Amino acid sequence: MSSRIIVTAEINGEPTEFLADERDSLLDALRERLGLMGSKEGCNNGNCGACAVLLDGRLVNSCLVMAAETEGARVTSVEGLAQQDRLLPVQEAFLDHAALQCGICTPGFLVATQALLAENPDPTEEQVRYWLAGNLCRCTGYDKIIAAVLDAAGRAATPAG
Amino acid sequence: MVAPAKSPYRVVGTRPVRPDGTDKVTGRANYGSDIRLPGMLFGRVLRSPHAHARILRIDPSKALALPGVKAVITHTDFPAAEDAVADLGETSSNLKWLVDNVLASDRALYHGHAVAAVAATDPHVAEDALALIEVEYEPLPPVLSVHEAMNEAAPRIHPNMHTVEMMARFTPGPRSEHDIPNVASHLRMEIGDLDAGFADAEVVIEREYETGTSHQGYIEPHNGTALWNEHGELTVWLSTQGPFAMRDSLARVLKLPVSKIRVVPMEIGGGFGGKISAYMEPMAAVLSKKTGRPVKMIMQRDEVLFGTGPTSATYVRVKVGAKRDGTLTAAEAYLAYESGAYPGSPVGAGGMCMFAPYRVPNQRADCYDVIVNKPKVSAYRAPGAPAAAFAMESTLDELAEQLDIDPLEMRVRNAAVDGTRRIDGVAFESIGNEAVMTAAKESPHWNSELQGENRGRGIAMGFWTNGGQESSAYATVNSDGTVNLVIGSVDIGGQRAALAMQLAETLGIDYEQVKPLVVDTDSIGYTFITGGSRTTFATGWAVHEAGLEIQRLLEDRAALIWEADRELVHYDDDGVIRGPDERSLSFTEIAKQLHRTGGTVQGKADVTPEGVGPTFACHIVDVEVDPETAKVQVLRYTAIQDVGTAVHPAYVEGQIQGGAVQGVGMALSEEYVYDSEGRMRNASLLDYRMPTTLDVPAIETILVEEPNPGHPYGVRGVGEVPIVPPLGAIASAIYQATGVRPRTLPASPRVLLEELLPDDEG
Amino acid sequence: MQDLRYARASSVADAVRLLADGGPTARILAGGTDVIVQARERTREISLFVDVKHLPETMALRSANGAGLVIGAATPCYRIYGDADVARDYPSIVDAASLIGGTAIQGRASLGGNLCNSSPAADGVPPLIALGATAVITGPGGERRVPAREFATGPGQNVLGAGELVVSIEVPAPTPGSGVRFLRFIPRNEMDIAVVNVASALRFEGDTVAEARVVVGAAAPTALLVEEAAQALVGQPLTEETIETAAAAARAAVRPIDDMRGSVKQRRHLAGVLTGRTLRDAARRARGEEVASHP
Repeated sequence: MSSRIIVTAEINGEPTEFLADERDSLLDALRERLGLMGSKEGCNNGNCGACAVLLDGRLVNSCLVMAAETEGARVTSVEGLAQQDRLLPVQEAFLDHAALQCGICTPGFLVATQALLAENPDPTEEQVRYWLAGNLCRCTGYDKIIAAVLDAAGRAATPAG
Repeated sequence: MVAPAKSPYRVVGTRPVRPDGTDKVTGRANYGSDIRLPGMLFGRVLRSPHAHARILRIDPSKALALPGVKAVITHTDFPAAEDAVADLGETSSNLKWLVDNVLASDRALYHGHAVAAVAATDPHVAEDALALIEVEYEPLPPVLSVHEAMNEAAPRIHPNMHTVEMMARFTPGPRSEHDIPNVASHLRMEIGDLDAGFADAEVVIEREYETGTSHQGYIEPHNGTALWNEHGELTVWLSTQGPFAMRDSLARVLKLPVSKIRVVPMEIGGGFGGKISAYMEPMAAVLSKKTGRPVKMIMQRDEVLFGTGPTSATYVRVKVGAKRDGTLTAAEAYLAYESGAYPGSPVGAGGMCMFAPYRVPNQRADCYDVIVNKPKVSAYRAPGAPAAAFAMESTLDELAEQLDIDPLEMRVRNAAVDGTRRIDGVAFESIGNEAVMTAAKESPHWNSELQGENRGRGIAMGFWTNGGQESSAYATVNSDGTVNLVIGSVDIGGQRAALAMQLAETLGIDYEQVKPLVVDTDSIGYTFITGGSRTTFATGWAVHEAGLEIQRLLEDRAALIWEADRELVHYDDDGVIRGPDERSLSFTEIAKQLHRTGGTVQGKADVTPEGVGPTFACHIVDVEVDPETAKVQVLRYTAIQDVGTAVHPAYVEGQIQGGAVQGVGMALSEEYVYDSEGRMRNASLLDYRMPTTLDVPAIETILVEEPNPGHPYGVRGVGEVPIVPPLGAIASAIYQATGVRPRTLPASPRVLLEELLPDDEG
Repeated sequence: MQDLRYARASSVADAVRLLADGGPTARILAGGTDVIVQARERTREISLFVDVKHLPETMALRSANGAGLVIGAATPCYRIYGDADVARDYPSIVDAASLIGGTAIQGRASLGGNLCNSSPAADGVPPLIALGATAVITGPGGERRVPAREFATGPGQNVLGAGELVVSIEVPAPTPGSGVRFLRFIPRNEMDIAVVNVASALRFEGDTVAEARVVVGAAAPTALLVEEAAQALVGQPLTEETIETAAAAARAAVRPIDDMRGSVKQRRHLAGVLTGRTLRDAARRARGEEVASHP
């Protein structure tokens, strides 16, 4: 039988204590235990990026992290990106460029993009394509996503007055 | 870009942010798998490890003994389905086949075929229980290709099935005089006199082509949550392209009246035709009935690949005749498509579309629907057309080369125009085929020089009919001057925006004043699937009609307010109602007065529009082939398409770009790999290789806007045709780069290398 | 996901004890990008994960000038390729670490995990063999060192005994005149398992190849050090002729299988192609030329 564990972590800026199954992945825990449904399960195998989150600031696939591993860690999911009532430039750019169709891969792309821009605020198209190669999108052919990311980088560099 | 003529519209043709956008960039949008209900159980499916096996015994007792397991079901838990195989009128919708595909009865017919399902209090426990369900199989020899299947020596997968002669694509005729092993149906389409056409030809070539099985590849796995309550009412929440189609399937499989079923469409994470059929939903319903609790089921990715409906692997033989000046005189095709374990491949559509861009007076297509021990195929974006177009476009390319004619010029000389009859007898009206070819000819890409070693350029056409069918829309005016627009069409990629824009256009109000809402099957009239490139067209028609009714009702109301002659009151395009004595009321002004003048105003429309406009596409692609590894890199890609009026051009471009990239996947990297026992070997997104950001360049789009006269705003379907040309275009580009013409797709490095390698190595 | 327990090791000794107590189905959890998938798909029986990511030894990355490189077995790829010293002195490790999976995988995956998973197609392994790296193993019997080339013994199999774990990987300092290059062939441009991969190391004395190592992965049960290729190169200048001889030796030495990822013929051919390409790049690196990990 499964066993339950208590995990204490900082989830989207909030100190959080949650009960998890010892065999829960971080994705399982976010969705089923914490009700944070923004991270999506596309392949449950690390091949699609729909479940991407930041773990201690680093981009990871939450399906390939055990919930138990996050004891004492910081986790940021798509729900933690927007600050109060303001969308991030990358979220705005995805909307303006129609960079989502069905939207299921969008949370993963947004989290991955945020991680990219934190490390490289002014990426080239090739760098964007390399960074996002682990995020699959089946609707857009990527074109508008790449445009949105490049635009978001520009917007972040020049904050609206 | 072709500079568009000045748009006659205020809202149509602009690029506003979609209404559901904020929810989808913040993670708040509720997709099917996001639903959580009190007391909910979690269901999982046990699947056959064999491609073909008799199921001798299923013993769930050990699974049921596991703490937390609440129910196990097998096919005996479904109402008995009469085997209507003898009823030839039901070729592709035989009820027993429908039920058996959901849950196998006496035999498992493909690797991944569901044989039992379990519900438990926790997803981990449900998964553990699968291993405890004992199933005894007697493996049978699998049939794994159309060639094997049609051989007299092949085992008959459905022993009672006979070949049916189809009268038309969706119209079964009598039993065939020539029963062909494992062939569910044969459809012959023909115009002109084929023999005379070939006699007239100065050059004739005949070639064979094959394509592998590919999957729609939506990133969201299938899901469904069912609650069957104590009053016998069933509610199902899920991701589907067709809530009403799912309600119909559930009603048939479960033998329930549709009034007892409510299907609630959640946000959907991609479909491309693959999220129409019933898979786990009836199982979730029966598990809920058995346990008295809501049951949620989500597929794992491997189940999506081997347990749902990919597209057909195909064999196509095509023969084309032409005069020395390139004029086509005759075209003939033999198409055999795998349908999987049950009948219903899109082979007829393949035969119908492949010659459509061309004026060929004499044509024949023989289309065979072939049963094999693989998953029952489902619709996938322009179902059936990409493989057939690959065959025709490659052959045409070769013919052009033989005749020393530029490949685009070859197509221009033979372009189908208004009045040209296609193979199913329909004559084209108001088509943009020539306009698309002209735009291709004038495009920067076609006029650029391709430089560098091992590079090639290919071009190909594609055609798709698009769809119409039933749609409903209800629009209610709010006192603050906004309109709630209620629709039954699921939003799979911007439909809320495209429909709200059309209503805003009709009412002369701002896009932001329209609040679209997708509702469940109890809350709107029957609305056909979001698919077949029909939604912006057909539901758009409904939305427009609902807007016109609002116009009339507001005119009535203004006449009442003004005590004016009704005939003198007009709702103008700018959203202002004008009456006698220069009186006028804006939409917002009159909206405020509705409560005092007779109450709510609602426009309703339930339509089945005719006037569907077909569409054409031309794709140009440059590739580079590594001569040492046979790896193909796409360098540049341009998609030219007749889109009718582009309601929201950004989403139109997005449809084209997404479709083109799926076509790139079909052409280069995506295929099901089976072992000799018929087990799928690559059921993961690691080894089922869909293009990543690094595998495709920017996809340039050129929108040719040839308005469809059959729609108030000139809308044509746009979503499907972009997947049709890539296969032929890429194959021809590879030929230009290497001198080797791929006849089998995908042209994976493994396959292409065989052609490029010198024989003396290794 | 199969039923399993999770334990976080507080020291290397603790990890050894947890592993030993856990028996044969206890597994080290480093980046988890292989073992979590195996546990979930039940392709390997796992009853306990021993997390070793909170230990200084397993998370080390030390490059002391002239004294070689120590890579903690659980140190994630992004830290390895993000390190300026590693990038300068061990570019072939960057070649591999920056193309294992995508960015999110590289946030977790480790070279120690790559070594211990012992896949014949592991991208991290051929460069380690070509560089002459050593796995530092600790277990109930104390510490021992095993050369990377002797570590894997078959697909999914290696020299680790009961209760043993790899703590770190030691890579000798680069010698003057040397260059190493790793390349793989995959059908897409990212996110695939290598059909074949090759690492080649060259050390020149003047224009003459003084030392050579060619290591071919995914073409035999374990990564293959092709001695015949080295013999074809050593003692003479690197020319297209010697490169072709080495490539032919690689083609002759491999023992590939036909599977869904590649055919025997394709793998044999690619072993030759990649041998040639890596040798040319290794020579450029030996001459001090910049060869970017990615095109």
